[in-house]
Amino acid sequence: MGLLARSGIEALRDAWGALNLSPEFEWLRAPETGAVMVRGRAGGSGKPFNLGEMTVTRCALRLLDDGVIGHAYVQGRDRSHAERAALADALLQTRHAEVVQRIVIAPLAEQLAAARAEQQDKAAATRVDFFTLVRGEDQP
Amino acid sequence: MYVAVKGGEKAIDEAHAWLAHERRGDPATPVLDTAQIREQLTLSCYRVMAEGSLYDLDLAALAIKQARGDLIEAIFLIRAYRTTLPRFGVSAPIDTSAMLCLRRISATFKDAPGGQLLGPTFDYTHRLLDFTLLANGEAPLKRDERDSLAKGMASQSAEPLARVSDILGNDALLQAEPTGDEAPGDLTREPLEFPADRALRLQSLSRADEGFALSLAYSTQRGYGRNHPFIGELRVGVVEVSMEIPELGFSVVIGEMTVTECETVNQFVGSRKQPAQFTRGYGLTFGHTERKAIAMALLDRALRWEELGEDNVGAPAQDAEFVLSHADNIQATGFLEHIKLPHYVDFQSELELVRRLRAEAGQ
Repeated sequence: MGLLARSGIEALRDAWGALNLSPEFEWLRAPETGAVMVRGRAGGSGKPFNLGEMTVTRCALRLLDDGVIGHAYVQGRDRSHAERAALADALLQTRHAEVVQRIVIAPLAEQLAAARAEQQDKAAATRVDFFTLVRGEDQP
Repeated sequence: MYVAVKGGEKAIDEAHAWLAHERRGDPATPVLDTAQIREQLTLSCYRVMAEGSLYDLDLAALAIKQARGDLIEAIFLIRAYRTTLPRFGVSAPIDTSAMLCLRRISATFKDAPGGQLLGPTFDYTHRLLDFTLLANGEAPLKRDERDSLAKGMASQSAEPLARVSDILGNDALLQAEPTGDEAPGDLTREPLEFPADRALRLQSLSRADEGFALSLAYSTQRGYGRNHPFIGELRVGVVEVSMEIPELGFSVVIGEMTVTECETVNQFVGSRKQPAQFTRGYGLTFGHTERKAIAMALLDRALRWEELGEDNVGAPAQDAEFVLSHADNIQATGFLEHIKLPHYVDFQSELELVRRLRAEAGQ
């Protein structure tokens, strides 16, 4: 679910298109957009405080043919993104799990890992070594 | 007392129509896309998210476009929008130790474990206008060169970067952060009251106006409540946000966000019982907003005077009521700008009074 929540809207749409499955379902909770209060900790490790909110879209659905329930809580306001994420969550609990894993989940995981590696490489290229200079006061 | 007025609907409609026209600008220039604002004016978007207190880059870009680039107006739009959202819950505290760092510097240790990563920074630029941008040209991105450079160097290890404060903390040279898990107060739910605890102060400072926070933090550096800050660590990067989902009964990642974190190491406290230790200030803000995060850390530290047993020297930055009551730019601009609205009746009464006083004086 975390991977589906973090994936880009286009990335999930493309992967979903490649899956070519359109299972029938009913809404248990139609997609709705709301906010989640994000917390931090004082000093990074101390007591929690409220940092600010983020937009989140959630939904829940039930597959009609086998009654499996899928949930989604995804960042942002895109309802279709939440719908696809919930469908993928449901299908991962069915006989389609393997194909969903291979065609949707694995490519998304690869994309996120590649994006992360690229950011790490860029950051690594800006690693700097500072030298402190001798100021000369101690010299005669 | 404010007495309402009515009328003027047609003029107001015309004024708003003209505003929409002005917002679009010269039709001969291309329309500004919100994706362009998001991608090319990202730091404006980050500021709007941080002070609007709602993390959503697309909404911030839309607000900036609609507000014609007036960032406080854009923050106002975001604050108004967020009041329409149902609250789904609260996240687990984000773990900034596990951050994917795009930038990470320490002004206290040049050999901080994991190294100093400058990231995409304006620091060390010459602040010369680049006229190629004016001519709508872009210097060619030296991507190939940079890529090969990056590959040639050791990649940032997959291990998270150690916190600089932990290095000092391990030797007890830095005061330990009080720990606990009690639910913090939320000033979006309960009006801010004084004395405000540190959790409320941090929430308020994180959404405070950058200019106000900057100026007050600067005042502490100039001597009004001086607390000798060093930037122990400044990091900018991406953290995961997770929340316990009630219908599932376990916690899942619901997204990720870019945040800026600043930890300052400040002048020490100590006593006969307690050997000398450095103290801390903390700043955490949405987006890449490091000026704000540093200012927040300085103000957090200044406001901790009582807890740390320091004297109140009467500096503005030590006065929580003064700082927090005036830090919110939407409250401030709401009250400031409301005096533009018709006040004919109150003014009439004052006018009557002045005329009467003058008449009495003249007798």
